[in-house]
Amino acid sequence: MPTASHKLAARKAYQTLAWAAFRCATGINGLALVIICIFLFRNGLSAITWSFLTEAPRESMTAGGIFPCIVGTVLLSVGSMLVAFPLGVAAAIYLNEYARPGRTLRFIRLGINNLAGVPSVVFGLFGLAFFVIFFGFGVSLLSGILTLAILVLPVIIGTSEEALRSVPNTYREASLGLGATKWQTIRLVVLPAAVPGMLTGAILGLSRAAGETAAIMFTASVFYTPDLPTSIFSPVMALPYHVYVLATAGTNIEKTRPLQYGTALVLIALVLGMNMAAIWLRARLQKQR
Amino acid sequence: MRFDRKAKDNLAKYFFLCTALFSILALALITIYLFMEGLPIFKVTSVTDFVFGQYWYPTNEANPEFGISTLIVASLAVTILSSCLAIPLGVMTAIYLSEIATHNMRQIVKPVVELLASLPSVVIGFFGMVVVAPFLQDVMDVPVGLNLFNASLMLAFMSVPTICSVSEDAIYSVPRELKEASLALGATHWETIRKVIVPASLSGISTAVILGMSRAIGETMVVLMVAGGAAMFPNSIFSPVRPMPASIAAEMAEAPFRSNHYRALFATGIVLFLFTLVFNIIAQHISEKHKQTGAATL
Repeated sequence: MPTASHKLAARKAYQTLAWAAFRCATGINGLALVIICIFLFRNGLSAITWSFLTEAPRESMTAGGIFPCIVGTVLLSVGSMLVAFPLGVAAAIYLNEYARPGRTLRFIRLGINNLAGVPSVVFGLFGLAFFVIFFGFGVSLLSGILTLAILVLPVIIGTSEEALRSVPNTYREASLGLGATKWQTIRLVVLPAAVPGMLTGAILGLSRAAGETAAIMFTASVFYTPDLPTSIFSPVMALPYHVYVLATAGTNIEKTRPLQYGTALVLIALVLGMNMAAIWLRARLQKQR
Repeated sequence: MRFDRKAKDNLAKYFFLCTALFSILALALITIYLFMEGLPIFKVTSVTDFVFGQYWYPTNEANPEFGISTLIVASLAVTILSSCLAIPLGVMTAIYLSEIATHNMRQIVKPVVELLASLPSVVIGFFGMVVVAPFLQDVMDVPVGLNLFNASLMLAFMSVPTICSVSEDAIYSVPRELKEASLALGATHWETIRKVIVPASLSGISTAVILGMSRAIGETMVVLMVAGGAAMFPNSIFSPVRPMPASIAAEMAEAPFRSNHYRALFATGIVLFLFTLVFNIIAQHISEKHKQTGAATL
């Protein structure tokens, strides 16, 4: 049957064409990532020197380094994780170990999903109204940490839940069968087994908080401060905000280009490095199972 | 002794319930504080004037105007244009990952998509400013490089990972029997994808698309740095625009505390918040109503 085989050939040709299109679409995504990274590395690498990483900005931020920004970003992201991680893990324990399907669970899930969808600038507005003004913390490390903690909470809850879900039920049954209470089972059996997975989530949360700009613009970071933070009530400089300020509002935008590239490169290296660590950790965990 | 253990067990349960309720508390506080700071603007201007007014001159001393319709239109334009780019890219990548890619390819492509998702928005905005904007000016001969198209392009790459990972989950949950039945009837793999797998996972893909759009409309740094900042209705895809998040982020620093300008920016935040809330609730509604549980749901 010549016609049928012709038809089949045409159908196969369509498939080849479709496959090419799918590969193309995937390739474009990869290309975007590669282009952005290569571009920043090529332009930023020459700006990275020891003094760039360890000195404060000088001459109204047209020279000098970014040390205060690195310190600020590390403090903000680590601080927000210290708040969000215990809360997120505890919430995940409730959702995965205690909650029964029903109205309460649906209500809580609705809250978490919608919190995850709130735009970061709205978190910034909330932080300004609630922490900066209502609690009187001012534009400070503390206000920024608390705002970022709420922002990353859904990420932590999601990854912790996944870690708990991957603990086999036989573990729980064995512990309960030996007469342990539910709380003892969670504390002594389930949690230790889930910790590595939760750490992956913690790293992802750290990197999310480190790259966030809009949420700290009104709550924690300032244009320029000559001193390193001395208490949790000090305002700080931060890498993402520094990139934004230098690129849009600096005194001499063209002259500070090398500084902008350098700062963006440090930020992206920090964030991508943490994400790669998380991906690697997760891959190792999956292999062990 | 026994009672002690039981009491502890109950205590633990209620403690965890409280932590789980914290997200709802946070959401409630966000809503309350946005409304508390934003609503008083409606003593100065009416809701219709605010939402449909065309002029945004909040700092004009004699006759300030608080109309955000240009900002709303800009936000919608940026979101729609970026979705036009991100939906095909995201869904096609998801199909590639779940149906076509070999195991080894998956191990490479999946981390790439995740890393794309993790790029800080300020870095993407910076890239749009220093690379894409001059490129558009030189090669496409556009008067302003910072415009609606540039912002949409940058936003598209921020929503692709969301669209991709949610659609991939949806495609995975299509029952195997459906696919096998189609192949057994003589359909090619591509015909099976087009006529069986995609229709079967359409509810999940729509959820993915709406979540991606919600991400795009709320994204701040990209539109702040790349969209151009002009509070006017766009007349082409290369017009500079000023979406809502950009307006809030750019002006908040200079708005005096609890002035009308400050209130108007919070009210803009309310509108933005409501947009994303509606998007998210629609997405959840679709994914719950059309939950894929098996072949029987088709």
